[in-house]
Amino acid sequence: MKFGILINEGPFTHQASDTAYHFTKAALEKGHEVPRVFFYYDGVNNANKFSAPQADDRNLVKLWGELAAEKNVDLVVCVAAGLRRGIDDDSLADGFRISGLGQLVEAGMGCDRLMMFGD
Amino acid sequence: MAEYEFDTEGVKKTFTFMNRKAPYGTVYALEVLETVLISAAFEQHANIVFVDDGVYQLKAGHDTSEIGMKNFSPTFGIIEMEKEDADEDEDIDMVWRILVEKESMEARGLTEDDFKVEIEVVSAAELADILDASDCVIGG
Repeated sequence: MKFGILINEGPFTHQASDTAYHFTKAALEKGHEVPRVFFYYDGVNNANKFSAPQADDRNLVKLWGELAAEKNVDLVVCVAAGLRRGIDDDSLADGFRISGLGQLVEAGMGCDRLMMFGD
Repeated sequence: MAEYEFDTEGVKKTFTFMNRKAPYGTVYALEVLETVLISAAFEQHANIVFVDDGVYQLKAGHDTSEIGMKNFSPTFGIIEMEKEDADEDEDIDMVWRILVEKESMEARGLTEDDFKVEIEVVSAAELADILDASDCVIGG
């Protein structure tokens, strides 16, 4: 099955991005496809390269980037939501790209399921 | 970060947009609307649903002057126009519905006359069927 993923929350205040990450990883390991993950609302903060959690905690920004590189997942950050929150080309972490909301609609149209992770 | 190319040629799905939050306490209301407007460009069917405190988003007469926030409620006029275009133009194969959950509306002492755009009132049970029949649910 082909899953599109929508992440609505940032990396620490909420668990949404953690859950989405584990879901994506598990789906890929089971042989499903996850062509695109879309970051919206505070979810854009998952792409902030300046995020620097303590060494004994997980670093979701890095984990997403690594998963994208390893499994060829298209990580897309909403441009409008990102600019509001200071996510631009200068603050964007490796493995992510910035684009428009049309990329979310397209993922909904092109995937068998669109999974939303938020509150 | 390879850009993935979806084949969306001829794809027609039903998107349901869930508006669950009050208009100004959080940014969700404003940002859901931005997604609704973009989806029009893809000519997809859409249910724009208002439940819980989300029903306040449609209330007429928003005045944000004393909280220093942008009054985004004029956007609902644009959504209503898109819906009217879809209803009237035979060349546009797109059905849009603006839906308010009855239970949420009544619990907040609101009636259909309180809203700034024309809406359909549906019960929670009807809404469950609408969600069941949707291909994608997007919300905040």
